[in-house]
Amino acid sequence: MADFLGYLVQRWDHLLGLTIEHAQVVLISLIIATAIGMLIGVLVYRNDGATSAALNVTSVFVTIPSFALFGLLVPVMGIGAQPTIFALSMYALLPIVRNTTAGLRGVDPAVVESAEGMGMSARQRLLRIEMPLAWPVILSGIRVSALLIMGIAAIAAIVNGPGLGNDIFAGLSRVGTAQALNLVLSATLGIVVLALIFDGLIALLGRITTPGGIK
Amino acid sequence: MAAKATRTLKPQGGNRRLLGYLIRPAVLGLVCLAMYLWVSSLQLDSIEQRVLNRDFVVSRVIQHLWYAFIATGIVVVLAVSTGVLLTRPFARRISPTIEGIANIGFAVPSIGVLVLLAIFFGLGFYPALAAFIAYSFLPVLRNTMTGLQQVDQAVIESGRGMGMTKSAVLFRIELPLAVPITLAGIRTALVICVGTAALATFINGGALGDIIDQGIRQSRDSILIVGSVLTAVLALFIDWLAGIAEDFLKPKGL
Repeated sequence: MADFLGYLVQRWDHLLGLTIEHAQVVLISLIIATAIGMLIGVLVYRNDGATSAALNVTSVFVTIPSFALFGLLVPVMGIGAQPTIFALSMYALLPIVRNTTAGLRGVDPAVVESAEGMGMSARQRLLRIEMPLAWPVILSGIRVSALLIMGIAAIAAIVNGPGLGNDIFAGLSRVGTAQALNLVLSATLGIVVLALIFDGLIALLGRITTPGGIK
Repeated sequence: MAAKATRTLKPQGGNRRLLGYLIRPAVLGLVCLAMYLWVSSLQLDSIEQRVLNRDFVVSRVIQHLWYAFIATGIVVVLAVSTGVLLTRPFARRISPTIEGIANIGFAVPSIGVLVLLAIFFGLGFYPALAAFIAYSFLPVLRNTMTGLQQVDQAVIESGRGMGMTKSAVLFRIELPLAVPITLAGIRTALVICVGTAALATFINGGALGDIIDQGIRQSRDSILIVGSVLTAVLALFIDWLAGIAEDFLKPKGL
């Protein structure tokens, strides 16, 4: 235990650097997935068939094992941050698309009708009525996505992706030595701590951005 | 007038549903066929031949399935019984804490759990199996607890009012109503285990990850693609089977 704490102190800069890299790829992937996922959700939510199709396709993405997906991306995109962000964005889509469609479909039709009666166009209704009402639901989807890809990002180190996964693989190649446990434990705990921070920040974002009337 | 969106997704009936069931295996079969034809048309060098032959590939597929099914069987027994215990009245107070932990458990990297177990218990099949069980435990537990908590309190109370004992209510009302949840848990566990089983190769545990890893190490795209496609196809096929089982084993009337 004292040994582990000593390791954390001694390697603090290194760990912080990897943690920041990890946070960056997750954040970038999350932003890409949120933009694409909300766009897909808005395009399909009025149509049952299109909604099912979008959910089916994005759930196929999540079912593909991460090691296999990274393996498939290497011949196409090479190694490094690029395949990492691509794969993580794919995994993050399902919760966001699911919650965007569920949130928009869950808006009370009476509210939408009265907006229509007030002379709002379809676009105004979407942006000023439906979207704000669906936002808390969408945000909880983003939260699930963040937790999901936080752990998957560790595997990206196989394709030379950035982040804390590198220390897990470094530990793997040193199994049997005293240093292995320190490397793997610090990286694994680092990812969990980062997940807690992301979770808290997204919850905070939710408080700030949720319209006052539906809090 | 804009068309009003329907609020819930209707389950599709009859022929369309049957067709829906058949699309995925058909696509997966075509993918495998195309890959087989492509590999057959290649001139394989000695490194590729050592991996891309029937014996090697079949043995890795079988190892992969062993991991997925054994881990799922154990996890479902452990997680469902723990879930039942933690939703009993005496445990109500700690169940939100457990769910919070389960949510964050989602973010624990599978590769981290795997390597930690290898550090403590050594390399090979059993540490890998233990890692897959440990890793999928929390998601299945959370599913089970959510499922049991969703059982309508009024139904439980009317059971008690009819003179049923607490255990009769559990076995004859709560658990049958929670069957869909357990089935969903099995599906979740299977999908997680079939996915993470690909990582067993890192601690000398075999399975399909061996092929992907060889592809990366030897920088042979052919090996890499065969390993990755087979792993993905297997995961999607198992998920499809579990989805069908979920639809057909559900108690009638729910």
